[in-house]
Amino acid sequence: MRSSAFKLFRIRGGVHPEGRKQDTCGQPIRELPMPALLRIPLQQHIGAPAQPEVRRGDRVLKGQLLATSQGLISAPVHAPTSGVIKSIGKFPAPHASGLPVRTITLEPDGEDRWIDLDPQATPLHLEPDDIAERVAAAGIVGMGGATFPSAVKLGLRERFELHTLVINAAECEPYLTCDDRLMRERAHEIIDGIRITLHGLQVNKALVAIENNKPEAIAAMTEAARAFDEITIVAVPVRYPMGSEKHLVQTLTGKETPARSLTADIGIVVHNVATVRAIGEAVRFGRPLISRVVTVGGGAVHEPGNLQVPIGAPVEALIEACGGLREEPAKLLSGGPMMGQPLPELRVPVVKGTSGILALTTAEVASKPTMPCIRCASCVDVCPCGLLPLEMANRARNADLQGAADFGLMDCVSCGSCSYVCPAHIPLVQYFNYAKGALVEQQRAKHKQEETKRLAAARAERMERLAAAKREAMAKRKAEMAAKKAREAEAAQAAEADDAATEPTDAPVNKLAEPQVGT
Amino acid sequence: MLAAVASLSVLGLTLGTVLGYAARYLKVEGNPLEAEIEEMLPGSQCGQCGYPGCSPAATALVAGEAPVTLCPPGGQSLALELADKLGVTADLSALEEKQPMIAYVREDLCIGCTRCFKRCPTDAIIGSSKQIHAVIGDACTGCEKCVDACPTECVEMHPIPQTLQNWYWPKPSVAA
Repeated sequence: MRSSAFKLFRIRGGVHPEGRKQDTCGQPIRELPMPALLRIPLQQHIGAPAQPEVRRGDRVLKGQLLATSQGLISAPVHAPTSGVIKSIGKFPAPHASGLPVRTITLEPDGEDRWIDLDPQATPLHLEPDDIAERVAAAGIVGMGGATFPSAVKLGLRERFELHTLVINAAECEPYLTCDDRLMRERAHEIIDGIRITLHGLQVNKALVAIENNKPEAIAAMTEAARAFDEITIVAVPVRYPMGSEKHLVQTLTGKETPARSLTADIGIVVHNVATVRAIGEAVRFGRPLISRVVTVGGGAVHEPGNLQVPIGAPVEALIEACGGLREEPAKLLSGGPMMGQPLPELRVPVVKGTSGILALTTAEVASKPTMPCIRCASCVDVCPCGLLPLEMANRARNADLQGAADFGLMDCVSCGSCSYVCPAHIPLVQYFNYAKGALVEQQRAKHKQEETKRLAAARAERMERLAAAKREAMAKRKAEMAAKKAREAEAAQAAEADDAATEPTDAPVNKLAEPQVGT
Repeated sequence: MLAAVASLSVLGLTLGTVLGYAARYLKVEGNPLEAEIEEMLPGSQCGQCGYPGCSPAATALVAGEAPVTLCPPGGQSLALELADKLGVTADLSALEEKQPMIAYVREDLCIGCTRCFKRCPTDAIIGSSKQIHAVIGDACTGCEKCVDACPTECVEMHPIPQTLQNWYWPKPSVAA
């Protein structure tokens, strides 16, 4: 069902960056040729890293479990194809820091043979908890980039009264078209995923929000959703950051999510469109999340396009499949140009949260020297969260983190709109990312100090108890010794008395017998 | 002569008694600020500041003899809190030079003598007799007491490893 008369609400701020989607949005999704090696990091999600279940040299089948989830917020990892485990070691993460993380290296055998799956012909008759369990077992995480384990979101219905599922298909970042292509080519799978997710959440209303600049996707989704009254396709205006979940919810419902809480607090759960498709695949066909669609774009790439990529494929394989590099890129990004992470090198793998690989030229990056702030307040006008970026940046720069926090630093979503419009080219959002990290670090240090205090007190108490026990033991021994002495003295006296009274011949026997009783 | 001796004795005794009782009942419980500062310090008595324990360190802080950055386990957050409490400005440059370190046991050299964990003020080392010991990094304050205790020099101080969990963006380096 498509509702053209759906009432939308205006959000404050936002920017209109050039879309630059035309290079890739017309390209059908292609399959990436299987690379020679896949490197699968054990942490591709927010939460605890997964624990390996395989050993070096093991043969694994496509879809086989490689590592299980640890703790409540975590996700398992599966083999993207059949092959041999070459090693379990450390490899640079696809992260700005380039720090090494635990990674399983898999050498594909070329057979691409599936493990026995557990399909479910009637997923809508499953218990909601079973759906959450299957989603957790399939290792599905938020594929928009946040990589939060999806099963945890399905479990939100136990704590909150939910009424609406919002599917985030805004794709507001420039360059990226992976969700656009997915909706054009796999609309029915997405709708199936939405229906299963609705059942899993026990909610009977879904809104699919697609930005106006994707008319083909809107048409395809409307067609696929025609038979289902509970699903409404909504075209939302093109404005960055429309894809920020709190702002998307506000656009659709007019309700603002309270600061530092979840959209579930106002009864709404948001899932990315690629995530619900993965949920559908996992529940109906039993297939774990082992591949995803990635946009390869940027001026430095010869033939930009969209690829279906197995998790763990090196970024260089993707670029090679797109005709290689035209020139040395000025910036290599994972994700979009507004919020994406710079990648340390071309060898790093694609993970579950990688929506795009962008190789940008110097002209596209267009970095300009920073000038002093002229207090024009452009950043205040565009901030979608209603903050004062110039004031926060000022404090972050002068190491006044608390001052920045008082101005609402923790409510900043790091969308980068402020840096985008700043006429003085001040790296505003970069200051906020630094300040948020430094504040968290301070809290960690404080927590550690409190724990140190607790440990030191516990140790002091234990030492005191040990000393007391020692003292007590000493006192007891002393008392025993004294008692023994007293008894001996008594015995001696008694013996003397006996000596006087009885025959002298008995005396030695008595004397020998008495002390033995005392010991 | 006798009257003078008697009167002075009586005077001395009376005043002495009064002073004695006054000392007992009007006793000042140390500097209250010192107690407050000591409460803020980690209390592990590790001695990294150069004072024998947290209480003497608190005294030195109140007297203004020690900088607020004296406590390595407390780090930057404690330095800022202390500066706030004492009404001074914290010079954090000294702190930034000193990277936080934690102890590390080299397993090939450890003989399981149990000396190091007996010295640890926060019970951050586990092990038992003739078993390899190990450091719980989260509990270690980097006081180096175990380093001196080890007979085989197998305890080393390493910087806290950087992981994706504790990494964060550096401050943008721009002139403006």
